[in-house]
Amino acid sequence: MLLNQFLLLSAILFTIGVYGVIVRKNGVLVLMSIELVLNAVNINLIVFSTYWGVAGQVFALFTIAIAAAEVGVGLAIVLLIYRNLRSVDIDELDEMKG
Amino acid sequence: MNSAALIIAEVVPLVTPETTFDVPANVVFAVQAVVMIFAALRVVTTKNVVHAALWLVVVLGGVGLNYILLQAEFVAVTQFLVYLGAVIVLFLFGVMLTRAPLGVSDDLDNNQKKIGIGVGVALLAVLSYALIESFGRSELTFAAYEGVAGPNTNGRTQAVSDAIFGQYLIPFEMLSLLLLAALIGAIVLARRD
Repeated sequence: MLLNQFLLLSAILFTIGVYGVIVRKNGVLVLMSIELVLNAVNINLIVFSTYWGVAGQVFALFTIAIAAAEVGVGLAIVLLIYRNLRSVDIDELDEMKG
Repeated sequence: MNSAALIIAEVVPLVTPETTFDVPANVVFAVQAVVMIFAALRVVTTKNVVHAALWLVVVLGGVGLNYILLQAEFVAVTQFLVYLGAVIVLFLFGVMLTRAPLGVSDDLDNNQKKIGIGVGVALLAVLSYALIESFGRSELTFAAYEGVAGPNTNGRTQAVSDAIFGQYLIPFEMLSLLLLAALIGAIVLARRD
């Protein structure tokens, strides 16, 4: 197997995730797109761990744990936005616009 | 006759090169790559929030399959447990608690689709160019796994746990602190006063 087939797959997933973050305005869907980006990074870590030792796998496990924490806090924030605005449309959060 | 044998002798080493090209793994990779890219596109384009969460299951499962192809079994099992088990349920809870529209909804995207496509294409072009320039057709060697014990001994998981509880012990402990902070933070944020 080529190194690049995994790296290109992860680049495509990363790009799709970035596209989702830009285009979506529902808060939960933005969090899902961020998960796509984090998983693309994890694939890269595992691919390079086949080259340079198990450190990549250790960092992938760390990323999985941090992503789980991020989803918990992120959904709490989205819930708070919903409770204050009665919607999760993050385009409505423009109070800091000059 | 003589020239035919010569041609065969010349051709045969060419058609059976000594590479690590294994067909089944590549077939599995191709199929799951196509499925994963399609599912990821559906996650960011579908008009139904619940469907997006369910397409995300396919992507995350495919990522776990990638880990198995790359012989990182422990990370693959963790991926299935944490992502498919916990994160998706959290997302479905989020969909439920924010009373997202359960059917088809046209109000999920903003009007930045052109910017999104532009940024995506540019990013993919730059990333692919950089990857192809730097890694070309280099083969996966699995060189890092050569020192550890054989396939029937959990040697690789032992090596990972040695690394976590040896060299990376302090980051690991910091991670538990971070999880505690996230737990308290999520409770404080979501609590009704």
